[in-house]
Amino acid sequence: MSGINPGNVLTEAEGAEPAVPPPVSGGKAKPSWRSLNFGARFWIAIGIIAAISALAFFGSALYPYSPDEKVGGLYDSPSAEHILGTDNFGHDVLAVLMAATRNSLLLGLQAGILATLIGVLIGILAGYTGGWLEELLMGFTNIVLAIPAIIILILISISLQSTNIEFLKGFTGLALVIGITAWPWTARAVRAQASSVATREHIDVAKLSGARTPSILLTDVLPYLASYVVMAFVLQVASAILAESTLSLLGLGPSGTQSLGIQLHWALAFQAVASGSWWAFLPPTIVLTLISFGFLFLQSSLDEVFNPRLRRGKKKNLAKAAARRAEAAKKLAEQATTTEVPA
Amino acid sequence: MSEAATPTIAADTTQPVLSARNVTKQFKVAGGHITAVNDVSVDFHAGKVLAVVGESGSGKSTLARMLLRLMPVTSGTITYLGKDVTTISGRELRDYWRDVQAVFQDPFASFNQFFTVGHMLKRSLRLAELSEGGEAELIEKCLGYVGLKPDDAVYKYPHQLSGGQRQRVMIARALMMNPKVLLADEATSMLDASLRVSVLNVLQSLRAELGLTVLFITHDIGQACYLADEVVVMEHGLVVEHGTTDEVIFSPKHDYTKRLLADVPDLKGSLKSRSWQPDAPAAVTTRAIDRKDA
Repeated sequence: MSGINPGNVLTEAEGAEPAVPPPVSGGKAKPSWRSLNFGARFWIAIGIIAAISALAFFGSALYPYSPDEKVGGLYDSPSAEHILGTDNFGHDVLAVLMAATRNSLLLGLQAGILATLIGVLIGILAGYTGGWLEELLMGFTNIVLAIPAIIILILISISLQSTNIEFLKGFTGLALVIGITAWPWTARAVRAQASSVATREHIDVAKLSGARTPSILLTDVLPYLASYVVMAFVLQVASAILAESTLSLLGLGPSGTQSLGIQLHWALAFQAVASGSWWAFLPPTIVLTLISFGFLFLQSSLDEVFNPRLRRGKKKNLAKAAARRAEAAKKLAEQATTTEVPA
Repeated sequence: MSEAATPTIAADTTQPVLSARNVTKQFKVAGGHITAVNDVSVDFHAGKVLAVVGESGSGKSTLARMLLRLMPVTSGTITYLGKDVTTISGRELRDYWRDVQAVFQDPFASFNQFFTVGHMLKRSLRLAELSEGGEAELIEKCLGYVGLKPDDAVYKYPHQLSGGQRQRVMIARALMMNPKVLLADEATSMLDASLRVSVLNVLQSLRAELGLTVLFITHDIGQACYLADEVVVMEHGLVVEHGTTDEVIFSPKHDYTKRLLADVPDLKGSLKSRSWQPDAPAAVTTRAIDRKDA
């Protein structure tokens, strides 16, 4: 191929490239994630989740009592020694709360990761490929969706208690069960987005460049779904923690361990509410509420981060812009007055 | 204008490079189907520019997508250098894409916005027949064809380029495979007037220098006239007129072609008086037609 005289090619008129920023040192462009505008809601949500995580993962290392250690009698009131008193077994409530929060968060993460992986895999394949595979995968998704998840969870939890496989008896087994019953909503949301992305021109360009389907799914489709996947994952974690708490509250959770639901179960079983022992049931309820609120708030704030239409802008920037406009209007008014003065 | 449309290009008129025979595309809709392309037969000869013109929904882009094998045909055959490529897949299809490349309408949507231009160009190297270590050279050469330097584009994200630069990068990407046929699907419709001329000139030069066969799809009959040797006019999925640029533009036979020509904006600012009723006849003949008749 012979070269074309560059003189034949018209270059853009000067000033036609306002979108081009000045070259960055080293020729490398600024990564796109740095332009994300995290609002106050995002940082509040992160703050709540970070505080609870610190309580769960670092608190127990600093706290003198173990969650399995009998340190008092039945429902001893809060004191200087035991800040939140003791539970029905005579264990320190704060020590149990910290261990329970850690277990609940870890279970939520495991179940959330599993549900998101299954949902994304099924959704992206169905949405991108279309045709009979989409019909098949979405038909299966709708069947799973039609069966109430709580019934499956209760039935499998009961059967897990009687299994001989130790691995399935604990939290991992429960996380597995919650994960494989919670993916359909993610699959449906991802499929809708994937089928929209699949019609975009950059997918055609990738095909014409010789890219194969797995590469297109990973490089050209998945990044466009990243915001939905992150938001779905956050919701999955929150709902998995709530699902575990529900099962454990009913007495169907794993035995011989701690979780927020198990703590509530024992508090109810040993008449904590009737006896006015608020320290036995209120702390796990508050932590559970804060976890749910934190994750849901994070999801909603991420929606604002990823969706520019919902972005409100920083207040100080809005104030600066208003001040600039007022200044410009003032100058214009002054100019008008000076030009109107008769000679 | 007719001078610009007839460059001195040696063309092989014996066997078409790419050919569509009785190609039809139907889409299923609730309660039946829509025929987007209806029994279309077109030949593309080496080194020629063939423009397909028609209004939105006339089936131009569907035809292009079928020719690119990005969409299956309902019936009919597509042949490339005499070989039936209507149902090829896998390695055969990638080999076909090495020879038949495209530039699309939206210079922003054609890019994966998460990666740099360099990443996108390197990805295309997969299909390029390349000697060891020649990647950077090939990228530089192909960007050079469209008047760009590697530093202007390679490290930048798509949003950091202007519309014209993005479209030129897309042309460079297509050229990396050293294709025989280039399909430009409304490649200039989202660019402003000066950038449009720039891209049209790039296509013109590439055809002249590299002997590319170009399928230029446009709703703008003026651009077709500027660039094409042959023009195909499509309406509601049917080819209503087909001939050399001079025949179709300056001696239109079909009413639809006359209407399209009547709708070309007049530079002197006189708006056409034709009513917007779908069946209304063209009340004003174009200046071009008048001149030809005179």
